[in-house]
Amino acid sequence: MSGNLLERQSFVELDARTRVRTLLDAGSFRELIDPFERMTSPWLARQGVVTQSDDGVIVGKGTIDGQPAVVLAIEGAFQGGSLGEVGGAKIAGALELAADDNRRDLPTRAVILFETGGVRLQEANLGLAAIAEIHSAIVDLRRYQPVIGVIAGSVGCFGGMSIAAGLCSYLVVTREARLGLNGPQVIEQEAGIAEYDSRDRPFIWSFTGGEQRFRTGFVDAYVDDDAARIRAGVIDGLARGRPAVERSDRYRQSLEQLARYDAGVQATPQMVRQICASGERDE
Amino acid sequence: MSEDTTSSRGAAWLAALTHGAPLASGHPASLQVADATLAGEPARYIAVVPDPDNRFPRARHGEVGLIEGWALAQAVHQVIDADRKAMKKRPIVAVIDVSSQAYGRREEAFGIHEALAGAAGAYAQARQAGHPVIGLIVGKAMSGAFLAHGYQANRLIALNDAGVMVHAMGKAAAARVTLRSVDELERLAAQVPPMAYDIASYASLGLLWKLLDVGSAERPGEADLAAVRRVLAAALDDIRSDPASDLGGRLGGENRQASSRVREKLRAQW
Repeated sequence: MSGNLLERQSFVELDARTRVRTLLDAGSFRELIDPFERMTSPWLARQGVVTQSDDGVIVGKGTIDGQPAVVLAIEGAFQGGSLGEVGGAKIAGALELAADDNRRDLPTRAVILFETGGVRLQEANLGLAAIAEIHSAIVDLRRYQPVIGVIAGSVGCFGGMSIAAGLCSYLVVTREARLGLNGPQVIEQEAGIAEYDSRDRPFIWSFTGGEQRFRTGFVDAYVDDDAARIRAGVIDGLARGRPAVERSDRYRQSLEQLARYDAGVQATPQMVRQICASGERDE
Repeated sequence: MSEDTTSSRGAAWLAALTHGAPLASGHPASLQVADATLAGEPARYIAVVPDPDNRFPRARHGEVGLIEGWALAQAVHQVIDADRKAMKKRPIVAVIDVSSQAYGRREEAFGIHEALAGAAGAYAQARQAGHPVIGLIVGKAMSGAFLAHGYQANRLIALNDAGVMVHAMGKAAAARVTLRSVDELERLAAQVPPMAYDIASYASLGLLWKLLDVGSAERPGEADLAAVRRVLAAALDDIRSDPASDLGGRLGGENRQASSRVREKLRAQW
């Protein structure tokens, strides 16, 4: 975590559209279903919630390192980065088209920028259904090309979209990132404050923060909050090609690791580091 | 079998549909796997059930936790691996009654998101490899638990029963997160189909292949069992005659028009 602060361009501070533009090769960004099409949520308006003209999801086509790519970014500043029908369909539909491209020998690759609490509860079942389609499309596309996920911060990646992140071939994170299934407040509500204190930030980060996820092999690259470093991490993942074994297919190793954990004892970050080998992949 | 397990709808339907076939060994008590038949051909049936002795305390009531997620992945990958060279792939029936994912510190610490990705990914790979995957919703199909167990199926079938429910979050928690009272949430849910908790509203989204009336969703009787078997067999035929192995059959519902419109626009602008 060093480098000249003056030369760094924080990625976390960029909005979703600028993030997409930054990751794609200079001048190659073309937005699909841009805000002028006003493809807004048909469900939020009915509930008196202000809509956004892109529904909080940016679909950018272009090239990365000269190769055809689509970058999908969730805007964390709109409704907590939650996914509703329109935003969810943008991501699922774009991933489906990228897989179709590959079946026609056009090697389109996909990068997903996660900044999301998961399902948008005002569109509940339509968000959940779209997320299932996103899962399906990632698994389909990764048969042809590595699918790269980025969690920069500050919203993090939770809910059904954390499962989508878990399905990605490679994940790039910063120190500001968090990755977990259940949001801290929901766990505290369901299980009590002794189980999970949602206001204890160091506690939350010690389990779900970018550094811990890197040290325990749940992500592949841990980089500074610097647009150039994040872009380099994405390019590196794309250059590595498909992993021999996808992280989400390591059920044998994961069940063995869990068998070594005495679940009668509450977990600590150190314990997870000891049990989950850092960054190693079985080949 | 403990009391808790026998009262589970998932366990009851799995046992009934497989004629009480022995459970396959090598799976945790919270995961019931039975190899039986569907329309006369070999099929694997899978249900997540409550295990009061689960060593993970937050996963004792039928939740999908760390072990359940990875064990689901294992149970599905076993089928994919066994049929890798087979021309005709074995069907998989996910019998769905899952109240939620497991909420706890241990779960987040050891990456429950990745365990559920393991399960969802395995089901998706099975479907994409040509295994007919059918999701039979006999009880609750909630949120992350449903994403891990069943939502990747080629076809979804639900029993038309007040105890059958698909949702992203329980009412109390959803009210808190959206800063509403439970009353307010219920009033809104009555006007906004995707927010509703009843299975008929869910059906209006177009995600179900069939909504099936039964006499009892809790304890399958002979007539109900025969009806469910007929629908499962019809779903199997429908999947086998469909050249696509994607989830495209879920598009077109009256309350899900934007999902199709977005895809049309993307395709046109791609």
